[in-house]
Amino acid sequence: MNENMNKPNDDDIVFAASGLTKTFGRSEKAIRAVDDVSFAMRRGEIITVVGESGSGKSTLARMILRLLPITSGTMALNGTDVTRLRGRGLQEYWRQVQAVFQDPFSAFNQFFSVRRLLHRSGKLLRHADVDLDSRMRAALEQVGMHPAEVLDKYPHELSGGQRQRIMIARALMMEPKLLIADEATSMLDASLRATILNVLFDLRADADLSVLFITHDIGQACYLSDRVLVMQHGKLVENGPTEDVIFNPKHDYTQRLLADVPRLHDVG
Amino acid sequence: MIVMEPVLEPSVPGEILLRASNLRAEYEAASGGIVAVDDVSLSIRDGEVLGVAGESGCGKSTLGAVLSLTARPPLYVLGGELEIAGRKLSFDPDHAPPRLWRGSVVSLLPQGAMNSISPTIRIGDFAVDIIRAHEPGVSRKEAIDRAAERLEQLGLPARALSSYPHQLSGGMKQRVVTVLSTLLNPRLLIADEPTSALDVSTQKVMIELLIELLDRRLVGSVIFVTHDLPVLRMIAHRIAIMYAGRIAEIGETEEIINRARHPYTGALLASVLVPEPQIRRRRITGISGAPPSLADPPPGCRFHPRCNLATDVCRTTQPPQVGDWHQYAACWWAQDHQGEAVVSYL
Repeated sequence: MNENMNKPNDDDIVFAASGLTKTFGRSEKAIRAVDDVSFAMRRGEIITVVGESGSGKSTLARMILRLLPITSGTMALNGTDVTRLRGRGLQEYWRQVQAVFQDPFSAFNQFFSVRRLLHRSGKLLRHADVDLDSRMRAALEQVGMHPAEVLDKYPHELSGGQRQRIMIARALMMEPKLLIADEATSMLDASLRATILNVLFDLRADADLSVLFITHDIGQACYLSDRVLVMQHGKLVENGPTEDVIFNPKHDYTQRLLADVPRLHDVG
Repeated sequence: MIVMEPVLEPSVPGEILLRASNLRAEYEAASGGIVAVDDVSLSIRDGEVLGVAGESGCGKSTLGAVLSLTARPPLYVLGGELEIAGRKLSFDPDHAPPRLWRGSVVSLLPQGAMNSISPTIRIGDFAVDIIRAHEPGVSRKEAIDRAAERLEQLGLPARALSSYPHQLSGGMKQRVVTVLSTLLNPRLLIADEPTSALDVSTQKVMIELLIELLDRRLVGSVIFVTHDLPVLRMIAHRIAIMYAGRIAEIGETEEIINRARHPYTGALLASVLVPEPQIRRRRITGISGAPPSLADPPPGCRFHPRCNLATDVCRTTQPPQVGDWHQYAACWWAQDHQGEAVVSYL
């Protein structure tokens, strides 16, 4: 498939997945939700995974997050195999690989202020010698919020866009190498969507962060990403630079998917 | 407060299916009333699809609830009139609208409809309930047969009726619920975000179903509420853009998309992300600020705090509706720049 894959010696590669497979069920009833997926991510790269509902995008994300057992295949972070990490090693992996999910309304404890929420997330940092408070403030500033204005607020006082930015700030506090954003903008208004995507886009200027963005919205993939991966029935059917995949798709499925996308202007 | 005269439309009989005037609806809250639909008037022609778009909290779903006669406390319709297919209704907070209008004259396909059927009954039982609520004498078998016939007529499998909701896929559920909500041939179908939870391929199939319902005259007209402008371009004849409980602009779909006259419409369009080459070349900033609180909306034009083209008059006086019933922008800028599109000024 892609020449860029499986080059563990490339210094720029932050994360590499090789033959990742997830099977639900047994014997003839087994469903391969993620089927032999391999790809590599470079430092500072934004990769979008697109595909229709049920194509395995979110299952892939949960495998990378080590929230689901992996049936077969391997994955490596900075060249170290992380497929079977446990205990302290897994905790450290979770610090380096952070996630933001779809629903900014259910991700908050209604009774906790933003300060308390972020403070609790700081538990993952307890072995590191860090000043949690300044880390918290720096992370909020990175997502364009004023710490003094939001730290003492409760979730109901914040809009969906603000909540999602706080979720991103929570992830950034860990100083992750990889951020996984699973439909992180799907529940937001179009006018807010762009602002969240811009936050993700700007984070790569801080170099060390790579973003794996998962969406069914090809428009967002087109705006944000360096590369696009297309999934169908658990398989990776296309993987390439955004311009190639979106404006000159090779695979039949990608072509069909793009033909169904509603547009504002007629093409050509 | 100033009540605007509804813009006059030509009264050609048979052409206009629905005429709603001066609709006002309020959510009762501990801190006082929140007027979410404020003096909205609109007309729809027979066979027309009117898209209603705007940000969250602009009142578009509330307008859908008012027009579908499904407003329930804490939402109260304070006033306004509805004239649909020759029947008239005056809203009055003390009197409930006629119950039997719901489903047969107006029908609502609510947001998240596909997850609103009881998971413990078969879809067929739900169809029986709908038909019997209006025609109590109909036997169970006859009701099921009617629903089965309708599904097959629209190319959907009749066996869906013997399934429980969880046995159908999301797209199939949404289509089946749409067919059930139009079983009684409503003159107006209000579809609230019918495609928002679906992926693009199922979205397209859903839109084709709505078009077929219109073509076969099983529904008269459709009000399609969504925040997704590219989807509206696929189906809507006209689009109404709502802001803070009012209609900011309404007009033919291609006019709204290519020659918007209200700065808010322009800003909304500029934040749409579509897979077209131009969006990779520039930074999309979204609309600065947030929509105002409807408990205390700003004076004058409600968009003025976020508008780049606002002048002194916008801050004090409610803007005029520039245009006719069919196509207008409620904007002082549009008043001073008749016939111009706002895009090049933003």
